[in-house]
Amino acid sequence: MGWIGEQIDSIKSLNFRQVLTQAVSLGMIVTSALIIWKGLMCITGSESPVVVVLSGSMEPGFKRGDILFLHMSKDPIRSGEIVVFNVDGREIPIVHRVIKVHERQETGEVDVLTKGDNNFGDDRLLYAQGQLWLHRHHIMGRAVGFLPYVGWVTIIMTEKPIIKYILIGALGLLVITSKE
Amino acid sequence: MHSFGYRANALLTFAITILALMCAIASVSDNFNSPSPTSQVQVLNINWFQKKPDGDDEVSLTLNISANLESLFTWNTKQVFVFLAAEYETPKNMLNQVSLWDGIIPSKEHAKFWIHTTNKYRFIDQGSNLRGKDFNLTLHWHVMPKTGKMFSDKIVMSGYRLPQLYR
Repeated sequence: MGWIGEQIDSIKSLNFRQVLTQAVSLGMIVTSALIIWKGLMCITGSESPVVVVLSGSMEPGFKRGDILFLHMSKDPIRSGEIVVFNVDGREIPIVHRVIKVHERQETGEVDVLTKGDNNFGDDRLLYAQGQLWLHRHHIMGRAVGFLPYVGWVTIIMTEKPIIKYILIGALGLLVITSKE
Repeated sequence: MHSFGYRANALLTFAITILALMCAIASVSDNFNSPSPTSQVQVLNINWFQKKPDGDDEVSLTLNISANLESLFTWNTKQVFVFLAAEYETPKNMLNQVSLWDGIIPSKEHAKFWIHTTNKYRFIDQGSNLRGKDFNLTLHWHVMPKTGKMFSDKIVMSGYRLPQLYR
């Protein structure tokens, strides 16, 4: 009871200046996270510099819950690279490997075909109806780096929202009740 | 100041920092490995060679692929993805890369291999340019680390030519 009592007391004893300081420090945390994210977007040139692998279609290379770092440069796309792409009519981007590339003579436009390492056939079934090739604008970035397991945090939070609210609530309480 | 929460927080931060540092060092250590892989590919037979009803050329090959990729493996290597691509130029396309065969090598013990196979993916051109076409066979590999940066390289083998006539 003692600890909770102390915390309640500390909430009661809040004065205006303290509340303001805490609001500012909370704001600092949120904005610095935003700055890091947007900064990464600028450096990597990709609209989402970090993605979480959601399916097992690239096993055993990438498992569900792994994190990939993306990079989007002007370099042409080549077969063997692992790209993240959006298909028209699908919301969730897909991470698969390029197996065929046809690059046009003058314009440099590319036709790309992808396949998941763990899938039996290529990705034409995943593409929009009648679409045979991916083009440059479908591709969000190519994977350059890899970190295992970390993505489970976001998978758990999106699939069990209650945990997310508990976590945010606990963090909020901590910020409010912390004295320093 | 020295409350339980404060100490737990400090410990957690320290542990995560050390873990991140170790991952970074593991990834950096890959750069000290200078691999020297070797590979040989023979086209044993043109099984068939035809123009599809939609006008694109398609060819089926029997290949003999041998390679030694043992030197690519380090302690931070999870797997090596290896594939053989036919690469050629046509009047329409500056570059055509068509993957013919691929495989996943899970460990160093399997990195020296010899395989006799037909092409796993269809070898189809965009158009009808394959008769008498010179092409390269390129063995590409992509090293997937346990953590950190992925890297890749290739061996280009040139001097392959498709027949002048459909068969």
